[in-house]
Amino acid sequence: MTMPRMMQGNEACAAGAIAAGCLFFGGYPITPSTDIAEHLARELPRVGGVFIQMEDEIASMAAVIGASIGGAKAMTATSGPGFSLMQENIGYAAMTEVPCVVVNVMRLGPSTGRPTSPSQGDVMQARWGSHGDHPIIALAPASVLECFEMTVRAFNLSERYRIPVIVLIDEVVGHMREKVILPPREDIKVLERLRPSEPPEWYKPYGSSPSDVPPLAPFGSGYRYHITGLHHDEAGFPTNRVNEVRPWTRRIFRKIKANVHRIARCETDGVEDARTVIVAYGSVARAASEAIKTARAKRRKVGLLRLQTLWPFPTRTVDAVCREARRVIVPEMNLGQMAIEVERIVGDRKVRRVNRIDGEMITPREILDAIEGK
Amino acid sequence: MSVKHPPSAYTYLRHKKKFPHVWCPGCGIGIVMGAIIRAVDGLGLDQNHVAIISGIGCTSRMPVYMDFNTMHTTHGRALAFATGLKLVRPDMHIIVVMGDGDALAIGGNHFIHAARRNIGLTAVILNNHIYGMTGGQVSPSTPVGMVATTAPYGNTDPPFPITDLSIAAGAAYVARSTVYHSHELEKYIRTGLEVPGFAVIEAVSYCHTTVGRLNKLGGAVEMMRNLKETSLTRRMAEKRSPEELEGKIVRGVFYHDACRKEYCALYQEIQEKAGGAKLAARRISSMEMV
Repeated sequence: MTMPRMMQGNEACAAGAIAAGCLFFGGYPITPSTDIAEHLARELPRVGGVFIQMEDEIASMAAVIGASIGGAKAMTATSGPGFSLMQENIGYAAMTEVPCVVVNVMRLGPSTGRPTSPSQGDVMQARWGSHGDHPIIALAPASVLECFEMTVRAFNLSERYRIPVIVLIDEVVGHMREKVILPPREDIKVLERLRPSEPPEWYKPYGSSPSDVPPLAPFGSGYRYHITGLHHDEAGFPTNRVNEVRPWTRRIFRKIKANVHRIARCETDGVEDARTVIVAYGSVARAASEAIKTARAKRRKVGLLRLQTLWPFPTRTVDAVCREARRVIVPEMNLGQMAIEVERIVGDRKVRRVNRIDGEMITPREILDAIEGK
Repeated sequence: MSVKHPPSAYTYLRHKKKFPHVWCPGCGIGIVMGAIIRAVDGLGLDQNHVAIISGIGCTSRMPVYMDFNTMHTTHGRALAFATGLKLVRPDMHIIVVMGDGDALAIGGNHFIHAARRNIGLTAVILNNHIYGMTGGQVSPSTPVGMVATTAPYGNTDPPFPITDLSIAAGAAYVARSTVYHSHELEKYIRTGLEVPGFAVIEAVSYCHTTVGRLNKLGGAVEMMRNLKETSLTRRMAEKRSPEELEGKIVRGVFYHDACRKEYCALYQEIQEKAGGAKLAARRISSMEMV
């Protein structure tokens, strides 16, 4: 596994799933994510796991949650239109706190859009796609190796916090091939969900705990309890009582909010004395790196803040890094979905957006032009 | 003759936690619930190895009252959730309870595909011909001409023949009874649980609160009596002409294929081919009871 090899982003994502201990994939073919399903259709039965091609994305997401509640780490992979169809059940997973991983290889939308063209148009859909307030975690890999690492991490976060985790790969990264050296198995940290240790009659699947993440018993393990998409009490039974709904809502937000510093990761490059900071993620961050190289050769003080986690938004890091900068450039393959977040923190007067929504990548030249104020 | 008490209902009900239930007095859903419990008890299944999964609607409120592994999912998707669970826990008995709207309208696609795969789930469809929880809107099994709140001049859309649909889609076991014939219903559910493949049991019920009131069909007693009077067995039905069977409910087992391979068993063969069958077996046994 540690030999250098050429790998595609989607393939690395599938390999990451296997490395993380994924045992169930339920999905529906959709460009540009289908490679992930194809790889896992071959790999999962080899490791005693299950692959199923469901009748649609709604069913895929449902089957993933069903498998997860059966005790298997479970995932699906899709793209924009399929991601839209999954939203109701993603909300169900958030409501019932069932771990699961959803990979969305973003293509140009809206609607059918341009299926093989890159986009970062689902950033806000990942955050607010399902109805009602609920926390979510979304990661954004920028390289083939990161597709591997972040899929492993997505499973780990999902198991640790009992929350659906979205991996937002853009089409460029998903279909890109580059040399990777995957970490050896012993170096890969794999987390398992907390299981209850108390006797079944005392078990509360939604009970309060110091970590705000109660243990989760798989179905068929001797712990019989109820799961519902209705607001529920600590035992999982439906409730209409304000004094049971409110603590639950607070807890599911607290479990993520209190851990933003653990969950939200960023990478910086030369931001210490930067006058201009570029905030980017996914494949666009690669174009930004290239632009920065050229700009630095012209003695411009430019730094890069690359967001590896999009949700929860790394507010503190963005604030700290961008505070001293004169300008903040946010290039994205959408009309400024993340720029809104950056503007919220650093103020919109400092922010310059660079956007493309025509299905073409943002080039280093375009970012360089922005750096040079053209 | 000693009276046989219903099998220790307390063992199977979350009596301390969840009652009283949400259903209207006189509703047939409780009878279906009783039939399920008696079927499970009759087979001597371990409660820890039984899961009840439902969607949304009156019928889908059923699992919360029963002491099994229970899951109340999203509207129409119960079978898809159950498919995921069954595939990772093929050793469990999974009963999926749905209403007619849940199973045939919003969940119609999942229903035919679950039947096509012949996955080992026991689907109990409680057919009360209406959307009860939302107050009496037409469902895909509402008879033509019947008045509903969204069909104030009478329903125009022909209903799905649930049993024919199930057979055509590939279910291994298809039966129909009514909530009046609770013992027969229990028997069918029991057989459904024993069949390795996809079993569909249509339990014809009624909704006196909406259908009864809107169509002046009387209350629960009259509608229950109607089930008794308008239903007949398959054997009896064979002797009648199609005209005579108009508006009648035919009860019986419509299909039983004991030979067709169940989906999880087929996937096990795939795992064997790929070399992961032993790992899968080890994983499943590690999930067993603590």
